[in-house]
Amino acid sequence: MIYILEHYWRAFLYTDGYQMTGLAMTLWLLVISCAIGFCLALPLAILRNAKNPLLWGPVWLYGFIFRGTPLYVQLLLIYTGVYGLHFVRETPFLAGFFRSALNCTLLSFALNTGAYTTEIFYGAIRDTAFGEVEAGRAFGMSRAMLYRRIIIPSALRRALPMYSNEVILMLHATTLAFTATVPDILKIANDAYTATYAPFDAFGLAALIYLCISFALIYLFRRAEARFLAHLAV
Amino acid sequence: MFNLAGYGPQLLSGTVTTVELSLLSLFLSFVIGLIGASAKLSRNRPARFIATLYTTLIRGVPDLVLMLLIFYSLQIWINNFTDWLDTLQNAVDFELQLDPFTSGAITLGFIYGAYFTETFRGAFLAVPKGQMEAARAFGMRPFLAFRRVLFPQMMRYALPGLGNNWQVILKATALVSIIGLSDVVKAAQAAGQATFRTFFFICIAGAVYLLLTSLSNGVLLLLERRYMTGVRQAVL
Repeated sequence: MIYILEHYWRAFLYTDGYQMTGLAMTLWLLVISCAIGFCLALPLAILRNAKNPLLWGPVWLYGFIFRGTPLYVQLLLIYTGVYGLHFVRETPFLAGFFRSALNCTLLSFALNTGAYTTEIFYGAIRDTAFGEVEAGRAFGMSRAMLYRRIIIPSALRRALPMYSNEVILMLHATTLAFTATVPDILKIANDAYTATYAPFDAFGLAALIYLCISFALIYLFRRAEARFLAHLAV
Repeated sequence: MFNLAGYGPQLLSGTVTTVELSLLSLFLSFVIGLIGASAKLSRNRPARFIATLYTTLIRGVPDLVLMLLIFYSLQIWINNFTDWLDTLQNAVDFELQLDPFTSGAITLGFIYGAYFTETFRGAFLAVPKGQMEAARAFGMRPFLAFRRVLFPQMMRYALPGLGNNWQVILKATALVSIIGLSDVVKAAQAAGQATFRTFFFICIAGAVYLLLTSLSNGVLLLLERRYMTGVRQAVL
């Protein structure tokens, strides 16, 4: 334990001397994939609520596929599968993008969390109180303004508890990055394990760090809920 | 186009392994969940504390980390234990080797038992107190009352959560291929590497999972209808 702490504390937290590793890498993966997933989910959730099947159909299919298969399979598909395709290897831009393990990991994480987040926002938008929309209409708001001023702010607030769950699950999912050689906390723990053959110490340390991040996230979301959901408190 | 290059049987046996592992883990976590929920709701303070510690710790740590932790440590602990047994009775050389399937099932059961505990706890609380009181008043012993009165009613509230957990377990079995289980993902990877058509074979593995999740959605709907018997629903 002391040996691992002495030799790997820097790698566990931020760097192994060459690149960003450990905690910093895990948080980077989490923030970027959640940010992309969020930007993806918002317009898709609006489309998912459309009446036209041509609009909501593709979004439904996207959710069905990405929520029905394991993230590990998606990561394998993007990390090892896509680069094996001929046209990808022959297009310089695509080849450059898919050769990087970090890009592939971020892409698959973002697409995965995007699918779950879409479903959360879709439910929140669908359950908007009738009176809120009616009041907006009565003020003569256009559809775009109705969405911008009434529906989306209200839906995002109500989606917050579900969304916080999704972010925690995403934190847990970032551990898969180590299978694509991205140096996150688990990769460092695995390195420490192979160097010392002390699995309980190495992985236990990683588990402790993840536990701390989980609790920090839960605390932050609880603060956010107290602020943004104050109008719904009883 | 749809040429499995002779890897069909391997993919099929991998799929069978995936389903077996999921069902076994489901059973284990179901049992652990029932015990955990009973402990959390019991009047016994140490039991409550242990159950709360268990669910908090397990749900705060990623499943892959726990899986690696338990998979590698479990074998060492078992070895130490059998060594200790050997020193006690040095006549027999007792050894126990864990294969990825067993340790995968134990690990998944242990992890998702925490999620089931929370689901069951909510469901137990949703059953009106009078039901259990009435059962006890009829002279039913606690276990009989649980089996005949509490469990059937609790299942109705628990089912949506259980269905969710089942899908998560099903998808989590893909992780077990990381510790060396030859499930459908492993088979697809092997086939892809041999034929240089990784994209195609991983897509097949994905399609298998899609099929399994869709299928279990259907079964869940049937189960929900079964446990809804005798409940009048409000028509909005």
